[in-house]
Amino acid sequence: MTAPGITVPANRLTTGSRLGLGIATLWFSLLVLLPLVAVVVETSRGGWPAFWQTFTDEQTFAAIRLTLLEALLVTAVNVVIGTLIAWVLVRDDFPGKRVLEVVIDVPFALPTIVAGLVLLSLYGPQSPIGVDVANTRIAVFLAFLFVTLPFVVRTVQPVLAELDTESEQAAASLGASGPVIFRRIVLPSLLPAIVAGAAMSFARAVSEYGSLVLLSGNLPMRTEVTSVRMLSYIENGNLSAAAAVASVLLVAALLVIVALEVLQRKVARRG
Amino acid sequence: MSTRNRSRLGRFAAGLVAATVAVAVTACGTGGGATGDAKTLSLVGYSVPKAAYGSLEKVWAKTADGKDVRWKESYGASGDQSRAVESGLKADYVHFSLETDVTRLVKAGLIADDWNAGANKGMVSDSVVVLAVRKGNPKGIKSWADLVKPGISIITPNPGSSGSARWNILAAYGQVIASGGSEADAEAYLTKFFNNVAALPSSGRDATSAFTGGTGDVLISYENEAILARQSGEDIDYVVPDTTMLIENPAAVLEKADPKAKKWLDFLLSKEGQTEFVKKGFRPVIDGVSVNVEGANDPANPFPAPKKLLTITDDFGGWKDAADKFFDETNGLITKIQKETGKS
Repeated sequence: MTAPGITVPANRLTTGSRLGLGIATLWFSLLVLLPLVAVVVETSRGGWPAFWQTFTDEQTFAAIRLTLLEALLVTAVNVVIGTLIAWVLVRDDFPGKRVLEVVIDVPFALPTIVAGLVLLSLYGPQSPIGVDVANTRIAVFLAFLFVTLPFVVRTVQPVLAELDTESEQAAASLGASGPVIFRRIVLPSLLPAIVAGAAMSFARAVSEYGSLVLLSGNLPMRTEVTSVRMLSYIENGNLSAAAAVASVLLVAALLVIVALEVLQRKVARRG
Repeated sequence: MSTRNRSRLGRFAAGLVAATVAVAVTACGTGGGATGDAKTLSLVGYSVPKAAYGSLEKVWAKTADGKDVRWKESYGASGDQSRAVESGLKADYVHFSLETDVTRLVKAGLIADDWNAGANKGMVSDSVVVLAVRKGNPKGIKSWADLVKPGISIITPNPGSSGSARWNILAAYGQVIASGGSEADAEAYLTKFFNNVAALPSSGRDATSAFTGGTGDVLISYENEAILARQSGEDIDYVVPDTTMLIENPAAVLEKADPKAKKWLDFLLSKEGQTEFVKKGFRPVIDGVSVNVEGANDPANPFPAPKKLLTITDDFGGWKDAADKFFDETNGLITKIQKETGKS
């Protein structure tokens, strides 16, 4: 009954794109949606009272607060330092630049427990540089910082490299100062990349385990993070409590990602 | 993005998906194979006895029973391993750190109820809780009382996340009772103890790493772990306190296991089998095993009998009661003390 000349939107998909979409959906469902649903189902198994009891448990609450606060802090640092490093790597030429390019990815490549050992030997009691932060909250911060370093750098770098410098030059010729050019011309183009990097770095920090267990000491109420807390619940056979903590983190991560997205749109509209 | 770029990207993505699928399929294929072979036994265990099993398998291979047996081994945290078997990891023989990890599989119907009916009550290796200290014992730590002195920093694995860490905490608690103290005295001791705790690494092995990495003055550990660390050249000493806790590690053969697995367990409990455990620092579960144990304080007399040896059955009423009383997530005694000391 299709009238000639009217195209049904679904028919616009070629066979190739349909296959692609199918694989993408299947892949996403198997690897992401199903496990997420499983977490939520496991959480609901205990019911609201159990969820609330887990959430209001002093020790668990302290762990959630510590993890989220430190992850936010680390993300803020990454946004500034990551963009700066990307800038240096793209815009400046200096000896050793290629080495730095490779070294940036080391936190990605290193198994996290190895990272933990490295951090312990560098910033633990036997520190060759005299910095001992073992078993303090700074240790957690440091471990987060280490594993999340590449995210903002790696998302901003390619965008910055593609960015045309002509408009910057034009702005400069019209008398705009350096900071103004950065804020009005460069930053709006970089913002989506920075936001993407920030979201990844936050999510990564929230889930971190391996790199900090050796250095942080896992002290309840003080340096214990959520992943260690969840491990304790699992060890005690209390899967729904572990899932409850996971759900809280999931919601927090979603909120942060949405907030970042909203922020980015606001800034983009103003630009 | 230009059309040319997009199609190139599309091809690249398609290639990537194809390659990933191929890898995934191959991985599944190799994972499923070899399990049907009657001569292949699957060993699932906690990580500490791994070194002992290396030599045990070699010795058994020289016997008639053990000839031509191939091994599939998996090692990890005791609780994780037990949960993995419960949810389907193939195993013929399991060796855990805690009895509760075996009971989990009995409840799941994978291990017979009478697994602990033998002379050794299902245990294949023993050890005791010891205090590992820096070379030469610079802080002069000799007893439990020395641990709670001001300025001593203690490392012990996290009793929340590591089941085997619970032996240590029970030892610390039980020694107060054994020397005539009340339960309140024992709680007071543990409060002071946790005030001196500098780190609670996730597992016994992590704790050893943190200690050899320089954290803390004393590591609450297991005799076999301390001996193994010294065998691998770590610069530590250890003290067996006058009152300590007997650590008993259970092992069992699964109901559906290959008959060979039972022979393997019999071998482990024989003099030859126990000798290999002893060489790696475990105390034997049978009498009459005497070998030099390298790494022990006195290799010729490696396992001095403590004045008072606490056991989980006699002094704590078994693991079930102890787990509820001490380690329950909300009302456990240790959980509460940890929260209190964490706040200060």
